[in-house]
Amino acid sequence: MSVNITLLVVMAALFAAGIYLLLERSLTRVLLGLILLANGANILLLSTGGFAGLAPLYDADIAPEEYNDPLPQALILTSIVISFAVTAFMLGIIYRSWILGRQDEVQDDIEDRRVAGQGSFDAEDDADVPIETTEFTPVEEAEEAPGSQRPGLAQDTKESR
Amino acid sequence: MLIVLIALFAVALAAPLIFQRMGRSAFYVLAAVPAAGFVWLIGTYSRYTGDNQALANGQPNAPPSSVVSWIPGLQLELAFRLDALSALMSILILGVGALVLFYCARYFKQDDPNIGPFGAQLLAFAGAMFGLVIADNLILLFIFWELTTVLSYLLIGYSRHRLAARRAALQALIVTTFGGLTMLVGLIMLGETAETYRLSDILARAESLTGPLLDIAVVLVLVGAVSKSALVPFHFWLPGAMAAPTPVSAYLHAAAMVKAGIYLIARFAPGFAETTFWLPMVMVLGLATMLIGGWRALRQHDLKLLLAYGTVSQLGFLTMVVGLGGPEGALAGLGLLLAHGFFKATLFLVVGIIDHQSGTRDIRKLAGLGRSAPILAGVSVIAAASMAGVPPLFGFVAKESVYETFVHAAETGPAGVVLLSGVVLGSILTFAYSARFVWGGFAGKGREATPFKRVEGAFLFAPALLTVATVVFGVWPTPLDAIIQPYTTLFEPDGEPAHLALWHGVTPALILSLLTIAAGLALFWFRERMERTQSRLPLLVDNERGYKNIIGALDDAAVWITGRTQRGSLAFYLFVILTMAIVTPLAALVFYDAPLPDQWHWADSPAQAVAGVVIILGAFAAVRANKRFMAVLMVGVTGYGMALVFALQGAPDLALTQLLVETIVLVAFVLALRSLPARLWQREPGRKYRVLRAVLGLSFGLVMAAIAMSAMASRVATPISLEFPGLAYNDGGGENIVNVTLVDIRAWDTFGEISVLAIAATGVASLIFIRGRGDGRIRAHGVKSGSVDRGQEHIDEFGREAAALALAKKFSTVARDAWLVAGRTLAPERRSIIFEVVTRLLFHSIIIFSIYLLLAGHNLPGGGFAGGLMAGLALTIRYLAGGRFELAEASPISAGLLLGAGLATASLTAITPVILGGAVFQSAIIEFTWPVFGDIKFVTSTIFDIGVYMVVVGLVLDVLRSLGSEIDERSEGQSASADPAGMKAQHQEHSESGEEVVR
Repeated sequence: MSVNITLLVVMAALFAAGIYLLLERSLTRVLLGLILLANGANILLLSTGGFAGLAPLYDADIAPEEYNDPLPQALILTSIVISFAVTAFMLGIIYRSWILGRQDEVQDDIEDRRVAGQGSFDAEDDADVPIETTEFTPVEEAEEAPGSQRPGLAQDTKESR
Repeated sequence: MLIVLIALFAVALAAPLIFQRMGRSAFYVLAAVPAAGFVWLIGTYSRYTGDNQALANGQPNAPPSSVVSWIPGLQLELAFRLDALSALMSILILGVGALVLFYCARYFKQDDPNIGPFGAQLLAFAGAMFGLVIADNLILLFIFWELTTVLSYLLIGYSRHRLAARRAALQALIVTTFGGLTMLVGLIMLGETAETYRLSDILARAESLTGPLLDIAVVLVLVGAVSKSALVPFHFWLPGAMAAPTPVSAYLHAAAMVKAGIYLIARFAPGFAETTFWLPMVMVLGLATMLIGGWRALRQHDLKLLLAYGTVSQLGFLTMVVGLGGPEGALAGLGLLLAHGFFKATLFLVVGIIDHQSGTRDIRKLAGLGRSAPILAGVSVIAAASMAGVPPLFGFVAKESVYETFVHAAETGPAGVVLLSGVVLGSILTFAYSARFVWGGFAGKGREATPFKRVEGAFLFAPALLTVATVVFGVWPTPLDAIIQPYTTLFEPDGEPAHLALWHGVTPALILSLLTIAAGLALFWFRERMERTQSRLPLLVDNERGYKNIIGALDDAAVWITGRTQRGSLAFYLFVILTMAIVTPLAALVFYDAPLPDQWHWADSPAQAVAGVVIILGAFAAVRANKRFMAVLMVGVTGYGMALVFALQGAPDLALTQLLVETIVLVAFVLALRSLPARLWQREPGRKYRVLRAVLGLSFGLVMAAIAMSAMASRVATPISLEFPGLAYNDGGGENIVNVTLVDIRAWDTFGEISVLAIAATGVASLIFIRGRGDGRIRAHGVKSGSVDRGQEHIDEFGREAAALALAKKFSTVARDAWLVAGRTLAPERRSIIFEVVTRLLFHSIIIFSIYLLLAGHNLPGGGFAGGLMAGLALTIRYLAGGRFELAEASPISAGLLLGAGLATASLTAITPVILGGAVFQSAIIEFTWPVFGDIKFVTSTIFDIGVYMVVVGLVLDVLRSLGSEIDERSEGQSASADPAGMKAQHQEHSESGEEVVR
């Protein structure tokens, strides 16, 4: 099957520009990058349909080979509308992010940063524990007693209300 | 035997219920199960001790076996076999299990909240151990093995609120699981080498199995045994596991679980004791463990830890004896195994009683218990004496034959001499710590006696019974000798068969025993000096610390890797993902000689090339643009260019849809981004970063081009889409092949798609409205004329704009709007009369046209998508011309209802044919004649298209309502709150809607 250089070049350019924008911090640019990527993908689909042909409107006199391939067309149609929906959704996100934080930027995940920055010390694993020489300590009973924690807890909830 | 196994697990499952009803007395019920199993085992014992232990399953004189097929493809079968070794282990497991459960009934408090699960776990553990020793399939053996590990984890961690218990449980789990997994590898290697996973078969033909692979497999299996039996270098977990309740320690860590490793060694010794690494590994580790454990036991102050290190020492001892191979070692080893089960379980149970009655296990606190609890003291002295090897107890009998064995081994060479001296030295240590135990627990020590509650008979029953066994079988070892002998027949006989006996005459072994007792007494006598010396010596092997270091290093590595890979930066993740997306296909293309196209052409037409250039320029400009709307417009250019390409390619549907979508997207962008600053704020991330991005983008584009080329060059088959025209016309009843594909041939795809549309639409609405979809009906009636969107920017009082405003105000005084329903609500400066007029003229035409597109779509370009978008465009125009109340008036049906109705319609066209006896989404062609319209050919898939149409209209409406109307209202509220004289009512209503715009 013959390869259409123009479509390939256009596709490559759209992908390249799309990726470039996708790696931006500005959410608007990220969204534009996504749209360009979708366009590039659509061109890719289109080019798999082969040469430019007749519009796929059935006529008994036309051989199936003369139409432009209808299957990629159906896929592209789906893709166009879906990317419209995704774009609208992203726009909603951009607006919200702007309203909440006056930010039009992809934020770094602070929790991830915190995890990355923390040491490997973990009280459960690494803290020193006293050696116990009995299973029947009064300490255990105090810890076990269901009432021991309750007053504090009740106070907390009261305060928070 | 399967009945016993199933009963153990079944009662364990039901145990929590029994505990609920009976409290701690339920332990008696639980104890009855292994006790019954024990009785059954003793009653049928002769069946397992037949002379032909090595015979394959099913042979007339072979030990009883039972095989249930499970997963034949993996050679996994529920194969069980109860031979002499298994029976011997089962005696210990079931007998001691029953006694420990019995003991638990007095050990725990009546109202202990976790007692139910605990009892269940302990009984299930007995089941798992029993399963382990009777399993005859390598994988099944492993399953039971790991089951004991997990149950041991749960049992050690019984006191969940104690950090020490949790940590010890986890440590034991990690260490034994490490060993278990290593063992699994070994077992699989073994099974693959032997070409069978049936344990008895493998052992029967062990002689024919040789080679380095087998040697390694045996070593790996031994690693499992070594970790489970707490040998050096894994010995540290066992003292740690003393955080478990004492009955658990008695059962798991003395009598049963740690013996699993010994069992494994005993099981494999007849076949593999002569492999390359067996003896060195077993002997070195065993001896080292025996000496280290004994040495450490001598300096413990906690009675339980003393026993734990003693157990470690004894396990090393057992490993050596059992692993030696040969009938003599086998006899001595299993004898010692039983003896250890008797006395060590007793001692642990005694420690439990001491702790329970006096509240401590510390030697430095305990004093005078010998006087206050004489029976307990008597039991302990006998058990400890058995451990120390004092005649006439069973421990002595067993140790005698061990000495005998090693005396014979010493005759073979210097290695044997080393072993013998090591064993004697270890036994001296054993004597010393046994004495230390009795002294520490019961001696008066010249101090005031520790308070001690009286011990109930039922509490003391279990240790006392075990002690009786120790005494009886010491004086009369014949029955035990009889049940061990069959196992020794698995080894090649060397000379006269040995026997367990109290008196062998004056032999080297007896002399060694006496020497041991004398030296042990001396060691105990000088205990204070010993302790001082010990505390001065540095710890040679501190594996506890080694373990901590390894786990710490693992933690560090995990934190380090997490920190390097999970940086919280989207760009970083994308870089990684995209790099993989570039490299992987590229590598595939290069390594698999992807075909290159042999035919190519520049373009299908000059116009296509022009459109291509436009698209590329648009994309480039979009990248370069630093104004927000400029960038959006440039992306729009690529979109319109795409429409052109589609049109030229012979895809009118695509061109139409692309055009409509591009227009609506443009409007949506403008609506959503109007609150954001015009400039695309750019933090300069540096030139290097930009170059990197460009390189990544270009390589991705090029790789995609290469993939596309190669994919198209690879095409050999006829495209299925050649069938589509015929299918579409004859079966789908439509001429527009693309549309029929969407609504009929690939209707499932489209159904999924409109679901996505509905979700996205709801998502947009939720993001903006926050609380719900905001589907309530809004009417223009009652809204003050000229009140909407007022005074957003300053207008120069005498300028052109002011004049235009004055003119506009004249029109807005008209009570009834001539053109639009709600045009009057807009502030005068917002209105455009020409736009309103044009809208008035166009709106209905566009709606009619959209319906035409929808209905004609089956045969001509159009369809639900294009029609829906067209109707959406009409609504957009209404909104732009008349503001949000105009949009509300133009959409009497809410967006949510449209989406729902659309999905429902589509679903109905899917289901109805099924109800009528067809397939999902099957379409029917109905032809009929109407007076005016003439012959009509109606295809039911058009109804599906109507559903699509409604969903698309709903989506556009949601976009307009959310990104348009709602943001209008919010920004008005904002300016009103900035201006105190502004519309207070509006503001109030706004704040009721519940969200602060700016925090």
